[in-house]
Amino acid sequence: MQLTVWTYEGPPHIGAMRIATAMKGLHYVLHAPQGDTYADLLFTMIERRDARPPVTYTTFQAQDLGRDTAEIFKNAVAQAYERFQPQAMIVGASCTAELIQDDPGGLAKALALPIPVIPLELPAYQKKENWGASETFYRLVRALAGQPVERAPREGRRPVCNVLGPTALGFRHRDDIVEIRKLLDALGIDVNVVAPMGATPADLGRLGAAAFNVVLYPEIARAAAQYLEKTFKQPFTDIVPIGVKATERFVEAVAALAGVDPAPVLAGAPSRLPWYSRSVDSTYLTGKRVFIFGDATHALAAARIAATELAFKVVGIGTYSREFARELRAEAAEHGIEALITDDYLDVEAAIQAAAPELVLGTQMERHIAKRLGVPCAVISAPIHVQDFPARHSPQMGFEGANVLFDTWVHPLMMGLEEHLLGMFREDPEFHDGAAPSHLTRHGSTAIPSPLRRGEEVGVVPPAATEPSGTTPILIAPWAPDAEKELKKIPFFVRGKARANTERFARERQLPLITLETLYDAKAHFGR
Amino acid sequence: MNAHAPLPAAADCGVEVRQERGQRAVFCGLTGIVWLHRKIQDAFFLVVGSRTCAHLIQSAAGVMIFAEPRFATAIIDERDLAGIADMNEELDRIVGRLIERRPGIKLLFLVGSCPSEVIKLDLSRAALRLSKSLAPDVRVLNYSGSGIETTFTQGEDACLASLVPELPPAPAEAEAALMVVGALADVVEDQFARIFAELGIPARFLPARRAGEMPPVGRNTRYLLAQPFLTDTARSLEERSAKRLSAPFPLGAEGTTRWLRAAADAFGVDAQHFEAVVAPGQKRARRALAQYQERLSGKRVFFFPDSQLEVPLARFLSREMEAELVEVGTPYLHRAHLSEELELLPSGTIVNEGQSLDDQMDRCRKARPDLTVCGLGLANPLEAEGLSTKWSIELLFTPIQGYDQAGDLAELFCRPLVRRTRLEV
Repeated sequence: MQLTVWTYEGPPHIGAMRIATAMKGLHYVLHAPQGDTYADLLFTMIERRDARPPVTYTTFQAQDLGRDTAEIFKNAVAQAYERFQPQAMIVGASCTAELIQDDPGGLAKALALPIPVIPLELPAYQKKENWGASETFYRLVRALAGQPVERAPREGRRPVCNVLGPTALGFRHRDDIVEIRKLLDALGIDVNVVAPMGATPADLGRLGAAAFNVVLYPEIARAAAQYLEKTFKQPFTDIVPIGVKATERFVEAVAALAGVDPAPVLAGAPSRLPWYSRSVDSTYLTGKRVFIFGDATHALAAARIAATELAFKVVGIGTYSREFARELRAEAAEHGIEALITDDYLDVEAAIQAAAPELVLGTQMERHIAKRLGVPCAVISAPIHVQDFPARHSPQMGFEGANVLFDTWVHPLMMGLEEHLLGMFREDPEFHDGAAPSHLTRHGSTAIPSPLRRGEEVGVVPPAATEPSGTTPILIAPWAPDAEKELKKIPFFVRGKARANTERFARERQLPLITLETLYDAKAHFGR
Repeated sequence: MNAHAPLPAAADCGVEVRQERGQRAVFCGLTGIVWLHRKIQDAFFLVVGSRTCAHLIQSAAGVMIFAEPRFATAIIDERDLAGIADMNEELDRIVGRLIERRPGIKLLFLVGSCPSEVIKLDLSRAALRLSKSLAPDVRVLNYSGSGIETTFTQGEDACLASLVPELPPAPAEAEAALMVVGALADVVEDQFARIFAELGIPARFLPARRAGEMPPVGRNTRYLLAQPFLTDTARSLEERSAKRLSAPFPLGAEGTTRWLRAAADAFGVDAQHFEAVVAPGQKRARRALAQYQERLSGKRVFFFPDSQLEVPLARFLSREMEAELVEVGTPYLHRAHLSEELELLPSGTIVNEGQSLDDQMDRCRKARPDLTVCGLGLANPLEAEGLSTKWSIELLFTPIQGYDQAGDLAELFCRPLVRRTRLEV
């Protein structure tokens, strides 16, 4: 058993729902107890979809367990077919139905429906949402892509590819696809099928007509692309085009697969990020300490952008996607740090505290951790809340995506600087010392919480912060008034760290009083 | 818990109760934790279930999940199912770690889920065992919030029912006392407490805000249900010799007055004194409601099943706001507890117990009601089809009971209608 408050990923059948909801003409019959329909509202509320997901639940109850839940399942499949007339169906069990061991695949087969019915085995007690999405997409492609056909020679026609990976409830998938289509079009490449988003089962039957595949989200589509490579001899690229450099490499890789010239697309200044990043206004971004956490695709991309396109210092990187731990570790080694592979947000919180970053890039959860710690933050990865399914065009991928990233990441920092300057020059009560930056609504306290002094309201005290019992409490030397005054002159967003460092410095040297000199000695000692 | 009671013999009140079976779009009882943990301030709710359960609570709790709330899930994994790990030992380990980290916890609920019920993990024995090892600091109780047994608010029923055997006994010779049963927002509870005090009725509330302050129960206890979904809690209270006061539920000016009057009558409060005490509240409520009447009058309302609050809400809308009722869906209808409500519904009202989702959506589309009360899974899809909706979960999280919330309650139904008239795009 594992104690959990927050989960980064849902169970695997949520992943299957993300595939089914992304597609058209596909219906999912899920053997599940009453209550599991809660998942509908992820799609109707968070993603603001205007139709129910194409999912029929059996919603069995305790009174049904003594009777025939298998019969309920068969009826649900028959009725769903009758009502929705899908081109194909997927059937499977949620965690509870997995325990009662009805056989959705066998039961559905017995109905002999005139459409493909694809059974899903999604082990709910071992696997999670992204795996479920990947497995579902792979099973669909396997079942529906058909037999390999001889592709006609190109003969002057534009090369054709498939784009694989975008799903429902994906972080910015809707807009990423727009950018990728633009890039492919500019390269003179036609798109055969985008899947699963917007594709029908019949479209999956046409996958073989493309010359190669573009995998945008390896978590979801790499397995299907590997199958297509083996069966259809379609090579694939899974360079994730997030960031300027990555987009350039993506364009080159795709152009190579298609046998076209990438130069015209890369010519000129397709993204504003490089110039914005070089402009003197960005100098203060140099060496900003950034902590990165998210799914593997976005965390890896973010680390490279942070280090090489914005000149941040990556002080932490991690993912909850265990399947991609190896890639993450390799990336972390590049930055001289250890990767954090965990799905326990308390570990992430502890790591953020230990790394003392000036910017956190993460999921919805890291946004809240950062808010609590008073550190600027931007969201780079699912899980996300409703505000990260924006109405405006807001891709992460391609050259426009790079523009979006520059704005999104720099904005909270810029605001920090702005607030500091205003605070320095004005004694206006609105800008007084304890006032929170306008972009951060902090809980309770108006003072900047020092990372080392948070605790009670958070309740669960991370082990690192618990003092060993039975020892004398650690005494902190008092601050001399002039030192305290000087501390207040330090920009508030690094003040907490300066205070902690100075106190540590004083403690280690057993100084009785923290003077002005101690403050600057500590600064010199710890450097930046 | 969801077993269907027999249909009432020739519904005397002119209400047609239909029953339906099929796909149900409802929450499970685990969801009750989201408001219960805020009510009992030193209680912790530990769900023993799957990743789905944790994901559900996270989705239902929205941003609340980040405030380090007093609930969590012990996720069963394959090691537990394969018998590699002893589930009871695992549970003890998790509870030990939890209590160590949250020393303020006085009451721990082990909450059963579909997976734990299906594999027949005996949480009641685990609760006994843990109660012994954690005594006297922490009491451990258990109940089931599983979807196979409970629908949405029935989770609260199961929780409160598990508290009843633990309530201190009231001395046999004690004066008659009132127990108000059902979690109410603190502000509502305080209002009711003041009114009962003015009426001279000794009243206590279940659940209390702290584990150590739960009200006593005995043969002199009269209890008044503040919520319509408390079947098992009522049964447990009866087993401890408490007697139910029959009343409609305190929604709207009329509902609140009738509810209070049931208590006043039972405690022999002088009619004139009663009028004097409730008059100011009643007047305020009527004044507040008046401004919404025009907008809701004649509007056709359709309720999908969700919380069992549907029948009292429909009664409020029809009698006090002059709305028309197209169909009143409820996940479960307790005939006795709802009898006074059913009598107040207009003759010919259709009450639909249970659900067959697609069929019900067809009926709703066909009727094209002015306002549809439904869950968040259906609301946006119905809006996209041109129907105004009011999402029902809000009715559980917003204070709606009593005189001073009557206007707010009406406003909740008005807002979507107003919005629709204002939007020009």
